[in-house]
Amino acid sequence: MHETDMTKALIVTVQDWWESQPDRPHISQVHLTVGQFTCVEPMSLQFAFEVQTRGTFLDGAELVIRETPLIAFCHRCQKEYRPEVGIQYACPVCQSPMEDILSGRELKIDRLEYSTDSHSSTAQSVHPT
Amino acid sequence: MHQTFDAALGINLLHANQEGADHNRAHFDQWGITCFNVMSSPGAGKTALLEKTLAALSPEIKMAVIEGDMTTELDADRLRQYGVPVIAINTGRSCHLDAKMVAGGIHRLAHDYTPSEFDLVLVENVGNLVCPAEFEVGEHVKVALLSVTEGEDKPLKYPIMFQEADCLLITKTDLAPYVEADMEQIAANVRQMNPDVTIIPVSAKTGEGLELWFEWVRSHIRVQLFTNSTQPRQPQPAA
Ligand SMILES: Nc1nc2c(ncn2[C@@H]2O[C@H](COP(=O)(O)OP(=O)(O)OP(=O)(O)O)[C@@H](O)[C@H]2O)c(=O)[nH]1
Ligand SMILES: [Mg+2]
Ligand SMILES: [Zn+2]
Ligand SMILES: [Zn+2]
Ligand SMILES: [Zn+2]
Repeated sequence: MHETDMTKALIVTVQDWWESQPDRPHISQVHLTVGQFTCVEPMSLQFAFEVQTRGTFLDGAELVIRETPLIAFCHRCQKEYRPEVGIQYACPVCQSPMEDILSGRELKIDRLEYSTDSHSSTAQSVHPT
Repeated sequence: MHQTFDAALGINLLHANQEGADHNRAHFDQWGITCFNVMSSPGAGKTALLEKTLAALSPEIKMAVIEGDMTTELDADRLRQYGVPVIAINTGRSCHLDAKMVAGGIHRLAHDYTPSEFDLVLVENVGNLVCPAEFEVGEHVKVALLSVTEGEDKPLKYPIMFQEADCLLITKTDLAPYVEADMEQIAANVRQMNPDVTIIPVSAKTGEGLELWFEWVRSHIRVQLFTNSTQPRQPQPAA
């Protein structure tokens, strides 16, 4: 469901980068950061990525997901705390509402690992099979 | 000979959608339109609320609806009775609207009507608590609905929509006594993650709270007009 759409968005973004590279490199890994306080389920994302990249420029690329926990900052206590997702978001000490989220909202493509074939970069029309 | 490289991107996963949302917002701003993104779980009462809103406010506010519900033509037909343009978007099997789908609706609005005549575009999102809040469509304001029958714990379990909402409507208050809904608890749960949200309990059936909602709508259109200083809008002199 929405992981399918997220993956579509991911592929479009990576494709923009890929098409901006003159030598259209082979992408071997896509590194993502996915926060705990997002609507994305990493397992579903892995699955959707595998299915949707088949036969595309990302065929065989590995999706590496780093999960980040939800961490909030309580101004009254001047302290970080970890809200219990699904149960309680207010500061457990003073009950102040969760206002500043330090971590957990990330949905970021950190980096790509890719390789270029040093020969094909000068002979792009020759497609090795 | 292979060489491996690293490209640091640091790009938001929703980058493409965000660009689309910015495109839509630029259209709205250019035309002096405020856009509300109306979100809730299936059946919380979005269409019923829009019906009441169109009926009450269409004499004073020029509105259009972008209808993104999957049961789309049904909901759109309900809303067309109020003499307001309703643009139905075919969302396919998507569980939320994205910026591109809404762009299609906006371009159609611009094609079929004079867009600068409108003050408010109401987008009814797909009924879903999970992800619509993650996909901006170019809105200025997020409105979330939670019906009293859904349970007080929903904001805790599906927090993102409630955390991002500018206004939360607790709907179907006429049913509250039957389901023993604790409105204070609902409000407290939402305020744990969104202390500044405006919370208005409403019933589309009895009309309870609707005046407060209409007032909120009016004030949030005006905020937009005042801050949009490049295009100050004057009341039209009577012809
Ligand atoms: N008792 C009561 N029923 C309501 C109220 N508002 C809506 N309903 C009923 O709830 C059901 C769903 O309402 P809709 O307005 O279609 O809800 P929705 O959020 O647009 O639904 P989807 O677009 O399918 O997600 C309908 O049967 C409405 O008549 C209300 O204030 N009180
Ligand atoms: Mg509806
Ligand atoms: Zn979705
Ligand atoms: Zn505290
Ligand atoms: Zn456009």
